[in-house]
Amino acid sequence: MALNINVKLCKGCGICVEYCPTNVLALDEIGKVYIKNISECIYCGRCEIRCPDFAIMLTDDTEKTGRGDNK
Amino acid sequence: MASTEKYLRKTALPHIWCPGCGNGVVLSAIVRAIDKMGLDQNKTVVVSGIGCSSRASTYLDFNTIHTAHGRALTFATGIKLANPELNVIVITGDGDATAIGGNHFIHAARRNIDLTTVIFNNSIYGMTGGQSSPATPINSLSTTAPYGQFERPFDIPALAIASGATYVARGTAFHTEMLTNLIAKGIENKGFSVIDAITQCPIAYGRRNKLRTASAMLKWQQDNSVRIEDSKKMSPKDLEGKMIIGELYKSEAPEYTALYDDLIKRVQGGSK
Repeated sequence: MALNINVKLCKGCGICVEYCPTNVLALDEIGKVYIKNISECIYCGRCEIRCPDFAIMLTDDTEKTGRGDNK
Repeated sequence: MASTEKYLRKTALPHIWCPGCGNGVVLSAIVRAIDKMGLDQNKTVVVSGIGCSSRASTYLDFNTIHTAHGRALTFATGIKLANPELNVIVITGDGDATAIGGNHFIHAARRNIDLTTVIFNNSIYGMTGGQSSPATPINSLSTTAPYGQFERPFDIPALAIASGATYVARGTAFHTEMLTNLIAKGIENKGFSVIDAITQCPIAYGRRNKLRTASAMLKWQQDNSVRIEDSKKMSPKDLEGKMIIGELYKSEAPEYTALYDDLIKRVQGGSK
């Protein structure tokens, strides 16, 4: 499983940070989400289903874990 | 999951909605419900009216139409009658559906035409700056109710049931998976389906009503909603001010386009 963040779509509402059960996500200095601690991720998908901006996607491809503009 | 990406017009993203707006969550629930039901993208039409919620059709990769204020259901009725094979999903807001388009809403329900209407109910007119809508809760503040709303709001599911809809449900942006299942059941129903999706507007509604963040508004939805199964065990006093969520009503009634086809067959002497 992979946790993929599209930083261009993130508006920094913080819903994902609030609802992550294992504190994997955090907001950076400009208020956008980043992966703080991937080793704690249980891939429950709560961030993905709660994200209003389609900025977080869980995929099967492990190489895709990370943060980018997802072109 | 990523399988829903194919239903989005990714070049149109990011969407115009404010940070923390629940419309994106409801849109994502619609996309998941469509994926769950396995609808053919080429045989699915999304019709929307005017307002924050109605911008949703822009981001969906189906046959989409963004129509006039309050008139989404009229365009959808025409589309469904012209080609009853199409799956028609209507996206509208609380103001669009029950104020500007209130008459269309009750008559579409009365006819029981096979449309799935998802009402993005954010309790306010968000796009125009936070005026009271027919769904603004009593005592809450808005730009047109600076001393508190004193008018009674519509109970949208009760309105839909009374008008003749055959599937009526209410979900919230907080109960995302439940909302997805409710929308999927609405698509499955052959008749007029209404899903009242309670969503958060932290900017136009929340800031005036001591719910400044999206998380605070989601918490409010969690604390103030009761599942229909649980509500049956509660006293009317305990249920005061609570929203009942889940599948609220389901019935069987003749569907409009089927009746219309029968009429054509009858008057043409069965030649069609």
